[in-house]
Amino acid sequence: MFVVTLAFYLFATVTIGSALMVISARNPVHSVLFLILAFFSAAALFVLMGAEFLAMILVVVYVGAVAVLFLFVVMMLDIDFRELKQGFLQYLPLGVLIGVVLAVELIFVIGSVALIADQEALAEGQALPLTQGNIEALGRVLYTQYLFLFQAAGLVLLVAMIGAIVLTLRHRVGVRRQKVSDQVSRRPEDVVIKVRPGVGEGV
Amino acid sequence: MDSGFWSGYLWPTIWIVIQIVIVVGPLLGAVAYLTLAERKILGAIQLRQGPMVVGPFGLLQPLADGLKLFVKETIVPAGANRAVFFIAPMLTFLLSLVAWAVIPFGDNMVIANINVGVLYLFAISSLGVYGIIMAGWASNSRYAFLGGLRSAAQMVSYEVSIGFIIISVLLCAGSLNLSEIVRAQEGLWFFIPLFPMFIVFFVSALAETNRAPFDLPEGESEITGGFMVEYSAMTYALFFLGEYANMILMSAFATILFLGGWLPPLSIPPFTWVPGPIWFILKICVVLFVFIWVRGTMPRYRYDQLMRLGWKVFLPFSLGWVIVTAGVLVTFGWLPE
Repeated sequence: MFVVTLAFYLFATVTIGSALMVISARNPVHSVLFLILAFFSAAALFVLMGAEFLAMILVVVYVGAVAVLFLFVVMMLDIDFRELKQGFLQYLPLGVLIGVVLAVELIFVIGSVALIADQEALAEGQALPLTQGNIEALGRVLYTQYLFLFQAAGLVLLVAMIGAIVLTLRHRVGVRRQKVSDQVSRRPEDVVIKVRPGVGEGV
Repeated sequence: MDSGFWSGYLWPTIWIVIQIVIVVGPLLGAVAYLTLAERKILGAIQLRQGPMVVGPFGLLQPLADGLKLFVKETIVPAGANRAVFFIAPMLTFLLSLVAWAVIPFGDNMVIANINVGVLYLFAISSLGVYGIIMAGWASNSRYAFLGGLRSAAQMVSYEVSIGFIIISVLLCAGSLNLSEIVRAQEGLWFFIPLFPMFIVFFVSALAETNRAPFDLPEGESEITGGFMVEYSAMTYALFFLGEYANMILMSAFATILFLGGWLPPLSIPPFTWVPGPIWFILKICVVLFVFIWVRGTMPRYRYDQLMRLGWKVFLPFSLGWVIVTAGVLVTFGWLPE
């Protein structure tokens, strides 16, 4: 157990340290890179807890796709660092307010769990047998107990996707696009004209 | 207490280190000789000899190339972001090696036999894009930046269809453990029932490893080498090693998912005498040959064609195939377990 504890503290320190660097790094691209490091060490913490499936999904979805697009956008921004520093004091009260609200919510959640949780409820919460793997357990819960909620979440995502496409799709006129079918169905007779110019006349 | 420490911590650690050395050593040798094989095969396609001066049949050419890269000077461009500039090639190289931890070379011949092996491979290969984006950004050069942007868009696009292909294989195998997937192919390798998926996977693997005809991030004739234009000497060598190790990795992945891993073609004596790892390596070599063959044959895709192929052809096709596979398995009661 000693090695596991050591690993936990290592990854926890890296997570918190890189999370701090996300908000304190001067360069926004460095911030995003530290955010990726934070995601990655959070995934390692999931592995330590035995939630290997969640860990892999975190890496695939957040690190592999979302953060790439995020980095993509941040890299292309033209950022003036002095301007960023000037806005700092202006937005400080709002930021502190949001931070305090989050902290209070977290304290309430943890406090209420500690108040409610007697031993029986805790035992009930860990009812999943360890004989089946992560994925079987998750699949069984998602596709039987919470089937309709799961499908509803999928529908919400679908609507969001359609909304994003509708908002950004525009039909511009006068754009020359490649039409593969036209290119393939083109025959020499349609486009080649044979002429025989006389001497000194040109075409 | 003393013996507990030895048998509990020290010996397992040493054993894992030995296993890693056994895998990584031959892998780096394979990478070196893959470059030679590529130049020889391309030479044969173009009716040339390929490298033939250094050693018999040019066999010492990779060593000479490696030595040359080793003694060259590393140049850091002015205005480059030094830390990120040096982390990027190391990251690429490291990620191409750590993925090998879950690859089964034979029955029970694997460093880490984890239950989510497929997802682990998928996650590691989706991280590969960071080395390239970071290199493109940190070089402070327009060509490198363009290469990095192209690569980011390309790798994210093709990962989606690879994900769906993996799902259709998982439906047939009934497990995410790579060894279990290979065992499920006993008798019938998955490339026969899932042949279209095998082709789509191979093409997506070409795009994922930035190989021709999808080598737009490098594109030497348009953006002069893309994301690695500013890299020289060992930093360049690390990118090169990482790229070729990734090629071998994707070939191994294709072999495990579709070509039956370490299994012999037929389970009868002349084939079963050959040990499993030999079959595995032979199959990887066949896939790698096609990688190089494609490079010698196909012209490079244009950027909009690349995006259209990924999003408008492969994505709907692989999504539809997942549904068809699931439907057939349920209808005929062929679901595993």
